[in-house]
Amino acid sequence: MDTHDSASIDKHVRTYMMVFGSLLVLTLVTVGVSYLEHSVALGVAVALFIASIKAGLVASYFMHLITERKLILSVMALTVFFFFAVLLLPVLTQSNGIGS
Amino acid sequence: MSHAIPYTVEARPDTGLNNVKLGIWLFLASEVMLFGALFAGYILLRVGNPEWPAGHSILNVPMATVNTVVLITSSVTMVMSWVSLLRKDLGKYRLYMGLTVVLGFVFLTIKYFEYSAKFHHHLYPSTNTFLAIYFTLTGLHMLHVIGGMAVNAYLWGPGSKMWHSAPEQFTNRVEASGLFWHFVDLVWIFLFPVLYLL
Repeated sequence: MDTHDSASIDKHVRTYMMVFGSLLVLTLVTVGVSYLEHSVALGVAVALFIASIKAGLVASYFMHLITERKLILSVMALTVFFFFAVLLLPVLTQSNGIGS
Repeated sequence: MSHAIPYTVEARPDTGLNNVKLGIWLFLASEVMLFGALFAGYILLRVGNPEWPAGHSILNVPMATVNTVVLITSSVTMVMSWVSLLRKDLGKYRLYMGLTVVLGFVFLTIKYFEYSAKFHHHLYPSTNTFLAIYFTLTGLHMLHVIGGMAVNAYLWGPGSKMWHSAPEQFTNRVEASGLFWHFVDLVWIFLFPVLYLL
């Protein structure tokens, strides 16, 4: 939070409540969509898309990343890059030609 | 000669941040990689298995949905406890921080019933690969909830004495604890669909 005057704090509280409402709605949407008939690939894509929006809301507003200093944003950008690199590691198992 | 820890309130000239803020974010970066490795393990196990059960066929989705709402609500009470300190209202701070700890207990209680139901039906981590990764991921997450609750309970109780001697430093501590708590919420936001709904 940039400034801590009363009006600024009230504005931020209103934002927190809007984010809270959005997170509750998106949770219900996630559960609702999972009961619909669709392929596994589509189900994974939709669920992770909604989860990413929810995570973005929590990180941006509750954790104040949206107004955070550049150093922290750089550290987290680097972390997210390596996070996805780790997630993609299992793909390498598909390209392992040993024994084939 | 003073032995006080420097830059707990004022920003370091080189980083532009106080040490509390930079420290907790570096810790959270390491936490992202910890859970990242386990999520990669989940993907590897799932892709490598010809048959993978749908989470909702084994796990209790309504209970987990309630737990998601509980954790999201606790994130709001956590941020409101910090806002109360900015408003210099210690009474409201105690109320919101107390609620955050109580909601943590509610989450753990629901998880206890979930785990108990699995054990009652003889479903253990050793039963199959799905349950092994389910118990590993949710168990590690539960340890984080317990850790966060311990810090929050300390800041609600004995730790809050600092408010009278060093209010800014105390507010920074609550902010750091809040950042960890929101991270715990964030991890659950991914665990819920991945384990229960897909």
